[in-house]
Amino acid sequence: MENTNNVIIKVKNLTKQYKDFLAVDDISFEVKKGEIFAFLGPNGAGKSTTIKMLTTLLQPSSGSIEINSYNTKTEKDEVRRSFGIVFQDQSVDEELTAWENMLFHATLYGISKKESKEKIEDLLKFVDLWDRKDTLLKKFSGGMKRRLEIARGLIHEPLILFLDEPTLGLDPQTRAKMWEHIMELNKTKQMTVFLTTHYIEEAEKMADRVAIIDKGKILVNSTTEDIKNKTQTKSLEEAFLSLTGREIRSENVSSLDRMRRFRK
Amino acid sequence: MNVIYILWLRQIKRYLRSKARIFSSLAQPLLFFVSLGFGFGPIYEQAGGGDYIQFLAPGIIAMSVMFASVFSGIDLIWDKQFGFLKETLVAPVSRITIMFGRTLGAATVSSFQGVLIFLLTLIFGFRPESILMLPVALLFMLLIAFFFTSLGTAIASVVDDMHAFPLVMNFLIMPLFFLSGALFPLDNFPKAIKYITYINPLSYGVDGLRSALTGISNFLIINDLLILSIFITISISTGAYLFKRIQI
Repeated sequence: MENTNNVIIKVKNLTKQYKDFLAVDDISFEVKKGEIFAFLGPNGAGKSTTIKMLTTLLQPSSGSIEINSYNTKTEKDEVRRSFGIVFQDQSVDEELTAWENMLFHATLYGISKKESKEKIEDLLKFVDLWDRKDTLLKKFSGGMKRRLEIARGLIHEPLILFLDEPTLGLDPQTRAKMWEHIMELNKTKQMTVFLTTHYIEEAEKMADRVAIIDKGKILVNSTTEDIKNKTQTKSLEEAFLSLTGREIRSENVSSLDRMRRFRK
Repeated sequence: MNVIYILWLRQIKRYLRSKARIFSSLAQPLLFFVSLGFGFGPIYEQAGGGDYIQFLAPGIIAMSVMFASVFSGIDLIWDKQFGFLKETLVAPVSRITIMFGRTLGAATVSSFQGVLIFLLTLIFGFRPESILMLPVALLFMLLIAFFFTSLGTAIASVVDDMHAFPLVMNFLIMPLFFLSGALFPLDNFPKAIKYITYINPLSYGVDGLRSALTGISNFLIINDLLILSIFITISISTGAYLFKRIQI
């Protein structure tokens, strides 16, 4: 255990095969404690599938995953207690208030009523939603829901925070604010952050280490500087282009191409 | 225990907050009750069937419980589509617990709806046989609710969107309703159809409820209770099994 002490996510030969489609193709990587690690790739690259497997929602076809040194297959509950997650799509109950959504989560994680009260208050203040605690979620804006989801994911004090395309559809102001919160948690609590994104500048600016993933495979996994050096490019965008042979923005065309390819 | 409670509470809160849903779910059974009750009532009586309102009320209550239960079970599709289910599935809670909490909440809601319909039938002249049997009537409402909620959960576990819903309504729920003895006695059906009514869980729900409320029974109340319990065991285990296999 000694030498792996610093590694909090350990993925080995992970593969997810759907009927006629290889979503994740034999990937291996590690994430260290306290690191901000980004999975960068176009839509359909296998990012969300990977996150689903890391968070016990999806069973891998083969390979192993250790989260906080627990196995995702055999020690599901321990794994689940170790992370918080903000999903790509909204996952709040719109018919409940902010407070009720938080309390629901705290109860699911077995936190006592007294303890959750304090935590929920702290966290709602942290994401500036304390004054809206009794508002039904259907009256919240997209950005407010996102902030609540972050706060909710933190109630059980996870060691790792998974963010699946966390800033998708958010305006720049909200995005900046959200990152402010996440950076603060990363600095003060040494929280590990694992995010997927298809915004190059987000990966470049925020992450300590970036893995570029395309067609289910990891092409490169290193610091931004190192990736740029290796590919002899000036920006991560150029590096991405040189590695994948295309720009990340052409994702619609490429994923369509890919579907055609797999149909054959 | 707390987990089951919070899952239950969520269903109750969602129900009480959607006033439109409460209203519309009362309107349909009431329409059936008033139009059929007063429309067919005189003919039924002339044919020597007795007081039709007395016969019909338990059937309508059973129907409203069934509809509400299937709807609540199928609610799961929304949670699946709009992401809330994921939030519960990544929590350190077993899926059986989640399914149980949901079912309990949904069954409470639809039985409550049955009680509301019962109160409304009183206004239109329904008179239960004995007040002492009302708890038994409530028990039958709960049994019908448990069966159909878990049936709804089972269906919602295997289908991915609401497109399947009309199919379920037309090919499962409506036939079960019309062949349950809720609206008319089962005696006069041709043999082949009669057998269908015997394997219809709602037949026993309706009969049990009618027996508790009016004292008239086709299968004997104890048989209703036993057979319905067997059906519930099957539907809850099927629901739990399929719920466990959901992948998102």
